Amino acid sequence: MRRANLNSWLLAAPLTGVLFVFLILPILLIVAVSFWSADEFSFRPDFQFGNYEYLFGSAVAWKVFGLTFMMSVIVWALTLAIGFTIAFFLAFHVRTQKWQMVLFLLTTIPFWTSNIIRMISWIPLLGKNGLVNQTLIGAGLINEPLQWLLYSSFSVCLAFVHLYTLFMVVPIFNTMMRIDKSLIEAARDGGASGFQILTNVIIPLSKPGIMIGSIFVIALVMSDFVTTRFMSGSQLANVGRLISNDIGLLQYPSAAATAVVLLITVLLIIGAMLRLVDIRKEL
Amino acid sequence: MGTNSLRSADDLELVAVTKRYGMALAVDNVSHLFRAGSYACLLGPSGCGKSSTLRMIAGHESVTEGAIILGGKDVSHLPPAQRGTAMMFQSYALFPHLSVRDNVAFSLKMKGVDKANRHAEADKLLDLVGMTSFADRLPAQLSGGQQQRVALARALITNPQVLLLDEPLSALDPFLRIRMRTELKKLQRELGITFIHVTHGQDEALALADEIVVMNNAVIEQAGPAREVFNAPKTAFVARFIGGHNVIALPQGRFAVRADEVRLVAQGTEAVVTAIEYQGAHVALTSRMAGDQDVLALVPEAEFFADPKNLGDTVMLAWEETRAHRLLA
Repeated sequence: MRRANLNSWLLAAPLTGVLFVFLILPILLIVAVSFWSADEFSFRPDFQFGNYEYLFGSAVAWKVFGLTFMMSVIVWALTLAIGFTIAFFLAFHVRTQKWQMVLFLLTTIPFWTSNIIRMISWIPLLGKNGLVNQTLIGAGLINEPLQWLLYSSFSVCLAFVHLYTLFMVVPIFNTMMRIDKSLIEAARDGGASGFQILTNVIIPLSKPGIMIGSIFVIALVMSDFVTTRFMSGSQLANVGRLISNDIGLLQYPSAAATAVVLLITVLLIIGAMLRLVDIRKEL
Repeated sequence: MGTNSLRSADDLELVAVTKRYGMALAVDNVSHLFRAGSYACLLGPSGCGKSSTLRMIAGHESVTEGAIILGGKDVSHLPPAQRGTAMMFQSYALFPHLSVRDNVAFSLKMKGVDKANRHAEADKLLDLVGMTSFADRLPAQLSGGQQQRVALARALITNPQVLLLDEPLSALDPFLRIRMRTELKKLQRELGITFIHVTHGQDEALALADEIVVMNNAVIEQAGPAREVFNAPKTAFVARFIGGHNVIALPQGRFAVRADEVRLVAQGTEAVVTAIEYQGAHVALTSRMAGDQDVLALVPEAEFFADPKNLGDTVMLAWEETRAHRLLA
């Protein structure tokens, strides 16, 4: 009895150890540092709420959190719409499994290059003298190059959607492939139109995939800083950039406090989403 | 076949129906009349075209050539829900995210019937199949037999003229299978609608069907009342598939002889016993005649043990000449 107990503990120990050292400990450190005090030149161990007071008292911080959240919601809605459509097409319109796999792998090709390269490749396309502007001017549709194409909220959003749609496609496609095709026939037998099949059968049964994809996208966009920096030409702020700026100025306690608030915000959003849909059966 | 005077407006008729998948022929120029209110079984080995035929009647498979007539009109190109047919799927295809009641009410919801009315209607059908107390459960919380009843209720809520059942009993264990088949038959009698039941089990077909349609290689080999098919198989394939028959080649041609008509006698055709199997009421005794023909004899148990045989013994076989049934092919 005791021996079996000991064995269970020993078997669980390596993973617990890894998670403790590489996940729990860093988070605890960040939480601890967020209570330290700092001035322009130094920071020291302490336990005070100054960093949080400053953060919650700062209009800029509120605005940046709001903007980050807004961007997440917009990117989430777009990636969901595009990702769902792609997954739906792959799962229900492509008839042979061979072509489903070929097309599915095709959607992953952009991921063979790095994040940065995929972002930078937008610049020659969207720039002031980029392909889009040249084409539009050439076609006589506009006289002046469009300024909002690059280094704007638009380009940031575009890059996010480009980068993260696949994170929606994969889990949604996965759940859709598990939907028994005879359910679609049964629905048609019951007189459901194509749209009714979509809303009454496919969407409810794809919910777990939609949730998993949504968690990926929201967590990634909320915590991003590099995409926003590159694609907005450093003109747009988000929470990730607040943190990176603080780190650049060696204001570690302040950065830690912002990170803790961001972490809690993301966990709250995910917690709320998990209350809506039970994804356990999909994992 | 049959006389025209007996035809009714609700008969289902297949007229030269053909189904091709690319180059492969699944159903070849099949014509048949299913009488209104009858229980018909499409019987055949897998790949014989019986499921394709059923799915074409249901509207889940397009008809390559020919027509399907139901209620006096050609329904071959109508969507499934407008044909007057309903299908019960092999795996039942219950919606896993909907309660039993909502599963049954599904087609009414699609028609836009309001919640109170469609639930009331669904409850009536759940009562018919004895599932009222499970109305709020999810399909995953039901046993196979219970799921089947729900699937039946869901198919019947559309008031179909023809209910199509695709191997409805194959997912059940043998004990439940026999119970459900009694219930299917009872339900069919009560409702008085046509049931077309696809199966590869000859015992199931014999037990249920008013009419058995035996299919093989994309065509109908033989169709008729269960007793007629069993007692007078037209072809060697039917005789073998329906079971309980010996196909014996004699100089005059090929004959089907029921295994329980083969007797062990003092004077007859000589054969050597190759297998003995005790089956309870009978002993199945296989012996080899001249010309390497195996003949199965179902000998009543008491008769066998009055004079037991062993492997390798020589026995004399005989059957009434009138009970040897000449095969056409």
